[in-house]
Amino acid sequence: MKYSVTITLKKDVLDPQGKVVQNTLSNLGMTNLKSIRQGKFFEIDIDENDSKKAENLIVEMCEKLLANLIIEDYKINKLK
Amino acid sequence: MRSSVIVFPGSNCDRDITVALEKMQFKNEMVWHKETVLPKSDLIVIPGGFSYGDYLRSGAIAGKSLIIDEVIKAANGGCLVLGICNGFQILTETGLLKGTLQRNKNLKFINRDVFIKVVNNKTRFSLNYKKNQILNINIAHNEGNYFTDSKHLDELKNDNLIAFQYCDQIGEVSDETNPNGALENIAGIYNSKKNILGMMPHPERMIDNNISNTDGCSLFSSLLK
Repeated sequence: MKYSVTITLKKDVLDPQGKVVQNTLSNLGMTNLKSIRQGKFFEIDIDENDSKKAENLIVEMCEKLLANLIIEDYKINKLK
Repeated sequence: MRSSVIVFPGSNCDRDITVALEKMQFKNEMVWHKETVLPKSDLIVIPGGFSYGDYLRSGAIAGKSLIIDEVIKAANGGCLVLGICNGFQILTETGLLKGTLQRNKNLKFINRDVFIKVVNNKTRFSLNYKKNQILNINIAHNEGNYFTDSKHLDELKNDNLIAFQYCDQIGEVSDETNPNGALENIAGIYNSKKNILGMMPHPERMIDNNISNTDGCSLFSSLLK
């Protein structure tokens, strides 16, 4: 089964990289930008047919390693 | 005093800290991260560098390595643990120290000598410093912007767990003297039992007047007491 995981900084954590990207896009003329937050993206292929079990494993991966829960949130998405 | 320096692929201050420890008469051993047994140690040092190329987050991969389980056990048993720079980042990733080190606010790698103030001089790491003593010390990092939640920040302040703060040469702590955006200008912190110190500046680079100064010596000599 395939999943994707997106890691983003929590809403109230300053994201200087996102800010610089946003400023640069504004400089390119895209002035209607409201905000840009930068994050990380993982594609995970897991050898497990039970989707409940697979999802539990992905959650464990996120909490143990992929995300730093002090400053980051994760979103799990099942891929076809 | 026996010390162990943990070495990861990408550690690059492991030799420097070894030179510093040996100069200060520690009996030191270097320990590869794949080891599962720690030599008997009074002090464990996690050195600076770029363990695993800072993949995922700085310190994240090293924080899950084999030897770290032993470091955590030793630390919980009261062994002294010092994490410098990447070592500090690794200690936060293991959970031995709370909070995290984010990208520098100005998004630049900063390598220069700064001033820091000894906030707490009553620990095993700082006995030989005077309270509020100002040290001129090198920092070299990309992720030194210390962040933690407000509850833990209160704990750091109330329990005197802030080890060092960035300041100017007369000890003034302000936004102007904050190189990386760290909360409250924090350059180093202790755990609640004060047997673990994590710090971004490099005391091992300040042990010889021929190349810098000797402001780091008292940290190591404090440990010998």
